[in-house]
Amino acid sequence: MTNKALPYLLLTPAILFLLVFFLYPFVQIAVLAFAGPEGFTLSHFQRMTSHWKFGTALANTLILTAIIVPVQLALALSMASIVTRLKTGRSTILYIFAIPLGLSDLAAGIIWLAIFEQSGFLNSLLVGLGLVERPVLFLGYQNIGWIFAAVIIAEIWRATAIMMVILVSGMGIIPKEYYEAAEVFGASRWQRFRKVTLPMLRPSLQTALILRTIAAFEVFAVVVALGGTTLPVLMGETYQWQFSLRDRSVAASYALVILAISIAATLVFLRLLRVPKEAKI
Amino acid sequence: MAEIVIKNVAKSFGAFQALHALDMAIADQEFMVLLGASGCGKTTLLRIIAGLETPTQGEVWIGGRRVDHLPPRQRGISMVFQNYAVFPHLTVFENIAFGLRMQKMGQPEVERRVRRTAELMHIEQLLERYSGQLSGGQRQRVAVARALAMEPDVILMDEPLSNLDALLRLEMRAELKGVLAESKTTTIYVTHDQVEAMSLADRISVMNGGKIVQNDSPVEIYRNPAARFVGSFIGNPPMNFIPAKRTDNGRWAVAGLELDGPRTERELIEFAIRPEDVFPGEEGFVADVRVVEPLGAHTLVTCDVAGKPFRAVLESDRRVSPGETLKLMPAASRIRWFDLDTQTAIPA
Ligand SMILES: Nc1ncnc2c1ncn2[C@@H]1O[C@H](COP(=O)(O)OP(=O)(O)OP(=O)(O)O)[C@@H](O)[C@H]1O
Ligand SMILES: [Mg+2]
Repeated sequence: MTNKALPYLLLTPAILFLLVFFLYPFVQIAVLAFAGPEGFTLSHFQRMTSHWKFGTALANTLILTAIIVPVQLALALSMASIVTRLKTGRSTILYIFAIPLGLSDLAAGIIWLAIFEQSGFLNSLLVGLGLVERPVLFLGYQNIGWIFAAVIIAEIWRATAIMMVILVSGMGIIPKEYYEAAEVFGASRWQRFRKVTLPMLRPSLQTALILRTIAAFEVFAVVVALGGTTLPVLMGETYQWQFSLRDRSVAASYALVILAISIAATLVFLRLLRVPKEAKI
Repeated sequence: MAEIVIKNVAKSFGAFQALHALDMAIADQEFMVLLGASGCGKTTLLRIIAGLETPTQGEVWIGGRRVDHLPPRQRGISMVFQNYAVFPHLTVFENIAFGLRMQKMGQPEVERRVRRTAELMHIEQLLERYSGQLSGGQRQRVAVARALAMEPDVILMDEPLSNLDALLRLEMRAELKGVLAESKTTTIYVTHDQVEAMSLADRISVMNGGKIVQNDSPVEIYRNPAARFVGSFIGNPPMNFIPAKRTDNGRWAVAGLELDGPRTERELIEFAIRPEDVFPGEEGFVADVRVVEPLGAHTLVTCDVAGKPFRAVLESDRRVSPGETLKLMPAASRIRWFDLDTQTAIPA
């Protein structure tokens, strides 16, 4: 046996596992979404898109992602830069930042519900301080803006750390000498960040952004906990069609939409943050 | 005006003292070469001047301004790093242009400077490449070009030509000297290559164990080493040393010869002579030839004198073979004496 074949051989079980448990359900879902009594049909997709909630759910998901991911990126980058510079206590601080990662998204949603609901911490605080007379109904259906804000805050609180952890390890492997050279040649702290850290961090940025964006397209439990069905999102609609409306084909169509925008986003990030082979460290 | 003054600078890494209270002054436009064995603190000193390392004590002045509290970019220096530090994510062109871009220099001037320094370093055909596509010597020349393109008042070079072949090094050396003299740059240049040091330097500082042992013109360093270390480090091959025993006031017995020497109370000192300053003849040290190495114009002969290895450089028209016994006479004016305790030179 040649040495070249060995790695492929070793990977075979993992590849088979993936194929069986990803490809098979994927095919099943595709069949559900596109098969009708007379073979191929787009009727399930039409049913999905013609429902008034589809546009809103798609828009809400995209808007949430467009706000959450950039904010998280900025926060994770600044936090990672600070953590990387620490000489002592670095791992302790990383562990503290990583605490929300240990919670499920539903638990995170419930925590923030406890803060924002009518008898929640925030209202007790505001009333206690005398800033409002009666508890405010933040998360009511006429307050869609507040629900949006609460979901964004909860998501940022919950999932910024995963980006940060990826970026911290990425920053850790950038050799110190490049920062020194940049410093000698006149780069300010901000310029060093832009001209050295960011370009050399592209592989980690890619990973972090892809992971986070895909997760943001799938936002569900936090939205349900904070807004019920007031704020429709793609994943919530998938759930609705599958379990409340009992139309598995439309649910499958939703799943395919989420898959499609996830793949699209992944391709965009792969392209945007590509490192030419010859420019690798 | 960019003279560099180093006052009482010391540096410790934990318990290890890398530099011991150095004092040093480099005049405006001077070419100073730092010479010393590996690990003696040359890079550490350059990094302190550049501001990449904080001295444990002492002051650094550049151009009449105290700079030891300033960040590197406010010190008006540029630097060639020993490990090059050529940015892997930028092309050679952008690497050389890096400092100019930080100054927001206009594109035409950037182009002009990059092309000029790239030509000087013979890398103009590599401008579009990335550092991953370069050889070690090419990368090193990019690092030099990047430092030169800044046209700084002060340039710090840490073994900038160490990775080039002999011929290219010779050529680059001459070019560097020319361009730095023309641009009136104050230069500190670290090298292990003594020939390079001799040919480039206005002054040489020889370092040993975190101290400066001698700071002088190349000729002085070579002819009048202030310390035994300098004599044993400079010169290829270095000086020969033989113990000398006092016989009379100012008379010393050295390996069977009686020579005039310093008038000191000491009983035992050390005699030193450069290998090219002994001549075969009727009288002199009795030398049993061990190894003969023809070098072209000269022949390097390694012998035993009083049971210790002793090297002599002889004219190559004189035939010598191993096993032969020579009489080697030191040229009186070239003899140097060293104190065995302080390891420093004793004036004759
Ligand atoms: N960051 C550091 N931490 C601990 N010790 C250090 C550090 N940097 C340098 N040293 C020590 O300080 C001494 C001087 O190092 P330096 O790099 O200045 O030597 P050098 O003269 O440049 O040697 P070379 O010719 O091999 O480049 C060495 O013994 C080295 O081990
Ligand atoms: Mg060094």
